[in-house]
Amino acid sequence: MKVEMKNISKAFFKNQVLDGVDLVIDDATVLALCGENGAGKSTLMKILTGMISKDEGTILIDGIEKNYSHLKEAEKDGLIFIHQELNVIPDMTVEENIFLGKEINKGGILDKKTMRKETAELMERLGVDIDPGATMSKLSVGKQQMVEIAKALHNDVKVLIMDEPTSALTISETQTLFRIIASLKKQGVSIIYISHRMEEIFEICDKVTVLRDGKCIATNNVSDVTVDDVVRMMIGREIGDRYPKRNSHFGETIFEVKHLSSAPYVRDVSFNLREGEILGIAGLMGAGRSETMHTIFGSIKKDEGEIDIEGQTVHIRNPIEAKKHGIAFITEDRKNEGLLLPFSIKFNISVANLKKLSNKLGVLDKNKEKKMTEGAIKDFSIKCSDESQHVESLSGGNQQKVVFAKWVTTDPKILILDEPTRGVDVGAKKEIYDIMNDLTKEGVSIIMISSELPEIIGMSDRVVVLHEGKSVGIVEGSDINEEKIMNLATRGV
Amino acid sequence: MKDRFKKINISEFGSLIALIALIVGISLLSKNFATVGNFLSLLRQSSINGLIAFGMTLVILTGGIDLSVGSILAFTTAIAAKLILMGVTSPLAILISLLLGAIFGFITGFIITKGRIQPFIATLISMTVFRGLTLIFSNGKPISGVTRGEDFSAAFLTAIGKGTILGVPTPVWILIIVFIVLYFLLSNTTYGRKIYSTGSNEKAASLAGINTVRTKMSVYAISGFMSALAGIILLSRLGSAQPTLGSGYELDAIAAGALGGISLSGGRGKITGTLIGVLIIAVLNNGLNIIGVSSYYQDVIKGIVILIAVLSDKER
Ligand SMILES: Nc1ncnc2c1ncn2[C@@H]1O[C@H](COP(=O)(O)OP(=O)(O)OP(=O)(O)O)[C@@H](O)[C@H]1O
Ligand SMILES: [Mg+2]
Repeated sequence: MKVEMKNISKAFFKNQVLDGVDLVIDDATVLALCGENGAGKSTLMKILTGMISKDEGTILIDGIEKNYSHLKEAEKDGLIFIHQELNVIPDMTVEENIFLGKEINKGGILDKKTMRKETAELMERLGVDIDPGATMSKLSVGKQQMVEIAKALHNDVKVLIMDEPTSALTISETQTLFRIIASLKKQGVSIIYISHRMEEIFEICDKVTVLRDGKCIATNNVSDVTVDDVVRMMIGREIGDRYPKRNSHFGETIFEVKHLSSAPYVRDVSFNLREGEILGIAGLMGAGRSETMHTIFGSIKKDEGEIDIEGQTVHIRNPIEAKKHGIAFITEDRKNEGLLLPFSIKFNISVANLKKLSNKLGVLDKNKEKKMTEGAIKDFSIKCSDESQHVESLSGGNQQKVVFAKWVTTDPKILILDEPTRGVDVGAKKEIYDIMNDLTKEGVSIIMISSELPEIIGMSDRVVVLHEGKSVGIVEGSDINEEKIMNLATRGV
Repeated sequence: MKDRFKKINISEFGSLIALIALIVGISLLSKNFATVGNFLSLLRQSSINGLIAFGMTLVILTGGIDLSVGSILAFTTAIAAKLILMGVTSPLAILISLLLGAIFGFITGFIITKGRIQPFIATLISMTVFRGLTLIFSNGKPISGVTRGEDFSAAFLTAIGKGTILGVPTPVWILIIVFIVLYFLLSNTTYGRKIYSTGSNEKAASLAGINTVRTKMSVYAISGFMSALAGIILLSRLGSAQPTLGSGYELDAIAAGALGGISLSGGRGKITGTLIGVLIIAVLNNGLNIIGVSSYYQDVIKGIVILIAVLSDKER
């Protein structure tokens, strides 16, 4: 289907988010929509699918003007939107989520057998191993994302909009998704693909439209431009190297994990961390990377194993104790674990810093709180109207920066990052890498889980590879390359 | 100044307008309503529900509910009355009953957090048990005669419910002080942040290093304390402790919170809203009496007003 959006404008209060944007997409095309965090990409797509109203402009679908007032109406015309943030019901099963609101039934009685069968077929088509009867909340973020994609495919899709679909997927799942995109394109489906990952855009997209500050900068054929061109259009300047230069002077071993286990995901993990080091944790999805970190942090119960901090064995039973030992943990699921969405940026940052911001009686120093937040907003270049803006109305990348700011302000000794740059634009990624680099110079030690291999390779001083809950190897120096890591991660599978 | 104005929550604003509209409306219907004397007695009447509703608000903000307030009120009041009759001086008896209120609430909170039982169920259980204990304790009969006598003990107890300071009834002063303390607690202390974050997203709060278990236990203790405090005012006014005292009080307290925009799913709302809700209920009770609406109709009207307020709150 051909989609034309003409002269679209939208303001939230006084914040002009979109300012006369044009966007055209033809049949059987994959269009990349690029732009910094807060450029207005998600907002534009929400307008297209009727989730929010536009102030100005027209939308033509196959030449006919449409003004959807609800996502359901757009879905009827075959416009399917897979959101940046997961939109699943955690307490329901995979199958119930896929058929939500469209349950197959006979006179109100559910036909569970057919639904289960269709779900299983969808999963097979996607090439993923997910049990249709599994409860959503028990699945990893990546698997939940695949369920969302499956849900979209289950509809009769004509225009598929994907807002950063791969940010939670593993390499192999990403490849599966790309295969699906290619086959949908062959069937004539138009695809709008939002991503901050340049490699992906150049792999699968035909055209690229760049937004900056709510304006459409340009639309090009992907074959006519380079990554650097796109980045320049996005941020209006050059960013130079993508990763900062790491210095290689480390202190003593500050943190050590020995034979850690927590059934069923963590089975035998050992590694150590030196002061000022960035230790990458690589592995496929399901390798137990996040679970290992949760076990260290005390948010999952430890079965066995020992944790030493500065040579002393410590017993961490819950996050409160972990925090006391100077550990901070930025989890991967920012919506459910990282943020209090209906509260302000200030509230979110101070929640992790209550001790520091209050006197002995527990009375908050609101000036100090405000100053800390304003400092963080500046340090992390968080794009917002002011510190009292609610985080739910921030763009995805800026939400991630708030989580980051919240933890870095606690002055941790050991910082655990689980997918720290998920959904963050190239410019801001660089800023986060620079912050990580600076922190290590101040003696902070960092453990970083990432599914983006370039990031692991670009930032880590050493890399621990996990496979099925076990640490299977540590690589360092020139051995940190894709081949070595993938070999260990798959163990020849 | 403008900044201040921005901070007024729209939902609170809605309930404030509802309150003003009610006052104006009832004043037009009866000239006996808008008198200083009536307003003072209206405020005094609202203090009981007010104190309970404040405690309830903290509980609701953490995402819970407390159905046991009425029973804890009855039990602690009965104990205070018995102590006084046994010769314990009233300030000490009051202190003991307040402390017991907090302990009873804490026990409920302990069951909820450590036993992982839904607050609705757990407080339903403690509501039943404490009511039963009250009946056993008092043999099912009122314990009366506590304010009789000429000594300091009787005078002190009487002053709490019936006295005035600067022309304003003592219970109103108590309500105001508690309001200010809780207002400060919620908006200016770490404890307030802990309550809001626990109710908004318990998982995120706990990962941020907040002791959500302790936070939850504490709000039930505060709620129990508030119930006991309300009970003391009642005891002073009535001069006796009825075993059925306070039954159904939880509903008015929850209604006050709902009227004031406290979200029953937790994490959202302000104590100012609850205060307005308490006043709306008090104005309704008092006003409907004054204009002579039969008590059968009063409940229906009250229900309808709550419905309208809660619906308009949804508009945002
Ligand atoms: N409901 C809202 N109320 C107020 N401001 C909003 C609202 N929704 C979005 N915004 C603002 O609009 C701007 C654009 O947001 P949008 O989510 O479209 O960005 P984006 O390009 O998708 O960014 P990202 O790459 O980080 O996802 C942001 O500055 C955001 O704060
Ligand atoms: Mg977005």
